[in-house]
Amino acid sequence: MQPAAKSSFAERAATATPEPLARAVRGLSDRAIAWLFISPTMALLLAINIFPLIWTIRLSFTNYRANRPNAEVVGVGIDHFADILTDPDVWASMQATAHFVFWTILLQTLLGFALAWFVDRRFRGHGFWTTAILIPMMLSPAVVGNFWAFLYQPQIGLFNYVVSFFTGLDPSSFEMIGSVKLAPWAIVLVDTWMWTPYVMLICLAGLRSIPDYIYEAAEVDRASKWRQFWTITLPMALPFIMLAVLFRGIENFKMFDLVNLLTNGGPGSTTEVASITLKREAFEKWRTGYSSAFAIILFVTVFGLANIYVKALNRVKSR
Amino acid sequence: MRKIYGGTGALVAAAMFAAANPAFAQSKTITLCWAAWDPANALVELSKDFTAKSGVQMKFEFVPWPNFADRMLNELNSKGKLCDLMIGDSQWIGGSAENGHYVKLNDFFDKNGIKMSDFAPATVYAYSTWPKGSPNYWALPAMGDANGWVYRKDWFAKPELQAEFKKKHNRDLAAPKTWKELKEVAEFFQGRTIDGKKVYGAAIFTERGSEGITMGATSALYSWGFKYDDPKKPYSMEGFVNSKDAAEGLEFYKALYKCCTPPGYTNAYMQEGLDAFKSGQVAMMMNWFAFFPGLYKDEKVGGERIGFFVNPGQKVEASTLGGQGISVVSYSPNKDAALQYIKWFAQPDIQKKWWALGGYSCHKSVLGDPGFAKTAPFAADFLKAMNGVQDFWQEPAYAQLLQAMQKRLHDYVVADKGTAKEALDALIKDWQKVFKEEGKLK
Repeated sequence: MQPAAKSSFAERAATATPEPLARAVRGLSDRAIAWLFISPTMALLLAINIFPLIWTIRLSFTNYRANRPNAEVVGVGIDHFADILTDPDVWASMQATAHFVFWTILLQTLLGFALAWFVDRRFRGHGFWTTAILIPMMLSPAVVGNFWAFLYQPQIGLFNYVVSFFTGLDPSSFEMIGSVKLAPWAIVLVDTWMWTPYVMLICLAGLRSIPDYIYEAAEVDRASKWRQFWTITLPMALPFIMLAVLFRGIENFKMFDLVNLLTNGGPGSTTEVASITLKREAFEKWRTGYSSAFAIILFVTVFGLANIYVKALNRVKSR
Repeated sequence: MRKIYGGTGALVAAAMFAAANPAFAQSKTITLCWAAWDPANALVELSKDFTAKSGVQMKFEFVPWPNFADRMLNELNSKGKLCDLMIGDSQWIGGSAENGHYVKLNDFFDKNGIKMSDFAPATVYAYSTWPKGSPNYWALPAMGDANGWVYRKDWFAKPELQAEFKKKHNRDLAAPKTWKELKEVAEFFQGRTIDGKKVYGAAIFTERGSEGITMGATSALYSWGFKYDDPKKPYSMEGFVNSKDAAEGLEFYKALYKCCTPPGYTNAYMQEGLDAFKSGQVAMMMNWFAFFPGLYKDEKVGGERIGFFVNPGQKVEASTLGGQGISVVSYSPNKDAALQYIKWFAQPDIQKKWWALGGYSCHKSVLGDPGFAKTAPFAADFLKAMNGVQDFWQEPAYAQLLQAMQKRLHDYVVADKGTAKEALDALIKDWQKVFKEEGKLK
C-alpha cells in the first residue's frame, strides 16, 4: 500500500510541475539540483553572516565611526589591534570575563551534574522536580535580570532579608550589586541560578544513555557504588558534561544581557565584562573601527578556544 | 481599463483638492522627539495650540532618559526620518552640526524676525551655537535647566531638630549655602528616625551607564573651580581638570556619597532620586529644575512641605547645565512644518504659556519679567542657577569624552579605586587621547 501511495504522490507532484520548469529540471544533474536547493540558504548565510564578518574585518583597519557618516574613512593599519591589546582597561574587562566564565562554569557543572544524578534516581515525584528545576532557564534573561536586581535591593530586596534572617546581619548593611567585592559574585550567582538546569538537562541525557547492563555487570563483579561512579558513570557521561561546558563557556564568554541589567558593568568597572566594553565602544563612544577590531579579537579568542576544546572532546569521545 | 482610469482620476482630484483646501492640511503630521519626563507632558499640552492654529497634527516620541541618547543618536546617525523636530541634549550640538543632522537656522531666524538676543545669553551659547559662541545657530533654546536641590522643609522646621542642629553647628537648620553646610545637614539626617521611619541625608547622582555621575559630581567640581581646559589655550587640560581644587571637590563628592546616601545608592540618577525623595527616604535631593514644578504639585510630598535651593557654592557659585534646544532634523521630509513649529514656539506669549505649564522658558520676556521670581517657589533659584551654569564638552566626540568621565568618576567615587587626583589624571589622559584622534591636539 505504502509504495503505491508514494508513487501516486510523486506522480501528482510531477503532473503539477509546470511543463517549462519540468523540462528545465529534467536537464539538470543531481549535483546541480542539490545546489539549486541549498543556494537560497547559502545566499542568506553569505548575506547575514559572512558578509558582515568580512565587512567587520575591513572596518577594523579603519577609523570609521558610524555616527559620522560624512567623515573621511582612513586606514589605520593594525593600530586598533595594538591599542586594544595594550590597553589596561581592556585587560581588566578580560579579567572580569575570565572570573565570570570560570566560576559560572565550575558551579554550573558541579551543581548541574549533581542535580542530574539526583533526578536520575527516579524517585517519587521526580518528574515534577525536573520541571520545577527547569523553570529558571525558561525565563527571559531580561526578566531574570530585572527580577534579581529587585531581589538584591538592600532595603526591600528578599535576598538581603533571607541572608539577614540566617546570619543576623542588618539587611541594608551589605549591597550585592553595589559592592566591589560582592558584585562579581552577584552576577555569578544569578547566571548559575538560571543556567544550572540547562547543564543538568545535558548531563541527564548523558546519564540516561549509559546502558543498565554495564551497572549489572559491575554489580556481579561486586564493584562498590563509589567505584561504579568513578569507572562507569563519570567516564561515560564525560562527553556530555564537556559538551555542556562548551555551550556554557561560549555563552558566558559573550554574556551581556544579565550583566547589563544587573550591574551595567559597575560598580566602577568591576563587572565590566568584555561584551559590555564592546557595547560601550561601539554604541556609546561610536568607535566603530576600534570596536570592530575588538569584536574580531573576541571572536578569534572564542573560536580558537572552542576549537581546542572540541578536539579534546573528540579525544574523550573516541576513548 | 476604464475603471482603472476612473480610479486614478479620482485620486488625482482628491490630491488636488487636498493641496487647495487648508482643511486638508490637518492631515499633515510632524513628530517631535524628546525625553520622557514631566516637561514633555507640558509640551504636549502646549502644542495643542500649534495644531489649532496651523492645522498641523503633532506626534510625540518620548524616550526615557537612560535610553534617550542611545535611541535618538542612533536615529540621527542612521539618517532616520522618525523625528522632524528634535529636542536634543546640549552636548549633542557639536556632533549634530558637524555631521549634518540638524538644519542650520540662521537664515530662517533672519527671515522670520527671530532674534537670539531675545533669549538668555547662557542658553543661546549652550543650546544653540556651534562652534561655541559663534553666531551659527542650530537650535532655538527650548528648555532651560540646571541641577538644583529640593529639601524637606517640614522636617527642617521641626523644633526639636532645629534645636539639636543649632546646638551642634551653631546655626539654623536651613537650606545650605555651601557644599560643606550641605554635608553637615546630610550627616545630621543620615540614619535618623523621622515620623517612625529611618531616613537618610541626600539623594545624589551616581549612575554609571549614561551621564548621571558626571552631572552629579560636576555640580561639586564646578563649585570648587574645576575647568575643562585653559581658557587661553583650548584643550590644554593639565592643571585645570586635575587642579588641587578639582581633586578636593571630587573627594568631597565621594565623602558625601559615602556618608549620606541611602543604602544601595550605587547607580542612581533622576528617577531613583525622585523615588527616594517622594517615598520620604531622604532629607535632600539633587535633581534637575525640570522636575520641580511636578514635585511642587505632588499631593503627597509637594506644596509647602518642600523647599528648593540652588546648587551650593564653595569657592565659586556654579551649577551644572541641563536643558535643551529644539532643532529641525535635516532628514525630515516635513522641514517646513517643523520650522513653522519653531516660529510658533519662539513667540513671547507662547513662551509665557510654556513656563506656566511647567516648561522652563529661556525667553527674556519671561525670565526678565519683574514678577518672574515670584511665579513659583523655585523660580528665583532657577534664575540664579542659570546665571552660573557650566556645561560638559559639546564637541562632536562628546560621547567618548563623557564615557571616559563616567568611568573614572564611578571607579573613584563608588568603586573606591585610587585617589581623586589619580582619577582626574587618568581622565586627562583619556581626553587627550580623544582630542588627538580628533586632530585637536598634537
